[in-house]
Amino acid sequence: MTHNSESLLPSAAVAPPPTASAPGRKRSLQQRRARAAWVLVAPALILLFAVAGWPLLRTVFYSFTDAAMDTPEDYNFVGFANYLDFAEGESFGVLADPLWWQAVGNTLWFTACSVSLELFFGMLLALLMNEKFRGQGLVRAAILVPWAIPTIVTAKMWGWMFHDQYGVINDLLQRVGAIAAPLAWIAEPDLSMWAVVIADVWKTVPFMALMLLAALQMIPSDLYEAARVDGATAWQRFRRITLPLIMPAMIVALIFRVMDALRVFDLIYVLTSNSEATISISGYAREQMVSFQEMGVGSAASVLVFMMVAGIAACFLWINRFSHEGKEARE
Amino acid sequence: MKLTRQQRELGKKFWIYLTALVVSVICVFPFYNAVLTSLRTGQELFLTNYLPTTFHWENYVSALGENGVGRSLLNSFLVASITVGICLLVSITAAFALARVRFRGRKYILFTILCVSMFPQVAVLSGMFELVRFMGLYDSIGSLILSYTTFSLPFTVWVLTTFMRSLPVELEEAAIVDGANLWVIITKVFAPIMGPSLVTTGLLAFIGAWNEFMFALTFIISNENRTVPVAIGMLQGASQYELPWGHIMAASVVVTIPIIALVLIFQKRIVSGLTAGAVKG
Repeated sequence: MTHNSESLLPSAAVAPPPTASAPGRKRSLQQRRARAAWVLVAPALILLFAVAGWPLLRTVFYSFTDAAMDTPEDYNFVGFANYLDFAEGESFGVLADPLWWQAVGNTLWFTACSVSLELFFGMLLALLMNEKFRGQGLVRAAILVPWAIPTIVTAKMWGWMFHDQYGVINDLLQRVGAIAAPLAWIAEPDLSMWAVVIADVWKTVPFMALMLLAALQMIPSDLYEAARVDGATAWQRFRRITLPLIMPAMIVALIFRVMDALRVFDLIYVLTSNSEATISISGYAREQMVSFQEMGVGSAASVLVFMMVAGIAACFLWINRFSHEGKEARE
Repeated sequence: MKLTRQQRELGKKFWIYLTALVVSVICVFPFYNAVLTSLRTGQELFLTNYLPTTFHWENYVSALGENGVGRSLLNSFLVASITVGICLLVSITAAFALARVRFRGRKYILFTILCVSMFPQVAVLSGMFELVRFMGLYDSIGSLILSYTTFSLPFTVWVLTTFMRSLPVELEEAAIVDGANLWVIITKVFAPIMGPSLVTTGLLAFIGAWNEFMFALTFIISNENRTVPVAIGMLQGASQYELPWGHIMAASVVVTIPIIALVLIFQKRIVSGLTAGAVKG
């Protein structure tokens, strides 16, 4: 794990300030600083444990009980029954619930679709913003608008635009002749997930674009000039210079977005009212917990969500390390 | 036919401006559409029009007053600013230690903080529910301040750490040579020049807290304690099938304008804050 964290975290640690004094004195200064550092970090760590670590442990604890939301004090231990249980030839628990697997499928599909679309459009946008043209400031300001709009407002705005009778999406599509009759974007199970993906892509492409743009701007321009002198085509320049150089930043941005997409809840809850065709794993867990008051089952689902997200994050870090090692081996 | 260099340049310019135009329209149009809808009432709502036709302010009046969005604006503002205040206060010292002092376990702490900032909120929901009930905060904005710290604190520590790292070492060296201890270094040397970074970090954390939905939906049940996202999410019409789109859009515009204004004013800072954590990784 150490190695993993090192490859992701900036490793530019500031060396202890070199003072002109004797080695013995220097070490004691560093030791004193190290001890003081713990005191400085302590308040944040304690608070973080209280609001994140402890609730997480309690969630795991509750996942093995039959507690209800209105009376969390009364519970019995039920072992793994909330996860999976067999009784009289039938199976129960979250893992036996078809809706859970539907939610897993929905979440993975949503994540894969929206993140890859975001990467594609984000890259286009970043390349555009990296060019010099008049009115660049205006475009940059316009790009920040979707990012700034609260997710719930995004959901409502797109819900209105996707309205089957009065929405502008259907109107525009009919005007250009792409569709003959209005589509029920929100109600139709096959379309509703696309509605969610479109709204999410609209909202998060700016983040991706800004991340990639920051990386693009760090590429020295003489690399491109040299490539042009050598007669490289635009595609070759992109493939051989741009892509490898922004890869680290791109992977970090991808990790951020994937983690974010996997825990999607608010957009789906408001845009499609958690319908079966679009419910996410977070939505499923919350529904068990709050709507059905099943704290035990909901906690079990939450723990599964956590494990799934952590597992995918671990895969990413592993791939990231792998690519780092590969690069080192080539060099 | 081979194009001349000039023609190629011209063609490239054309494509750049065309894409820029399309991108800007797509980014702004949904919000523009929301503003248009918010100014319409009655039958006009259901005629699709791409230009402003009427200016009815009634939607805004009823959204802010009757539907209690005004009250939720205040709640959201309180929750977000108190959360951010607490988080920044605790983060400054932690970020200094994590960025400036080399000590055992530093990397593990940073890694843990990064993990916490990414983990799904639903994973702490039932444990947080118990904690909120135990502290007697259920259905009060205190519950939100407590639960928002879960995701705001790791974020502020992380971003401030990256900012602190970029400050010159010489500052600190000079202070050490002058015999200043860590506390003096933090309060007298770093705090004064941290202003811009604190504003950026605070702003991003504020937006995060302002937009939060799941905790606010779960821990608040009474109308008067709702935050903005929940108030908008819950806006209902007379019947289930008749949604008051005019009101919803008016409320949406009202709660979005302050954030858009903040973001546009602090554009450069926000972009640097957003990318600070990622690019250097």
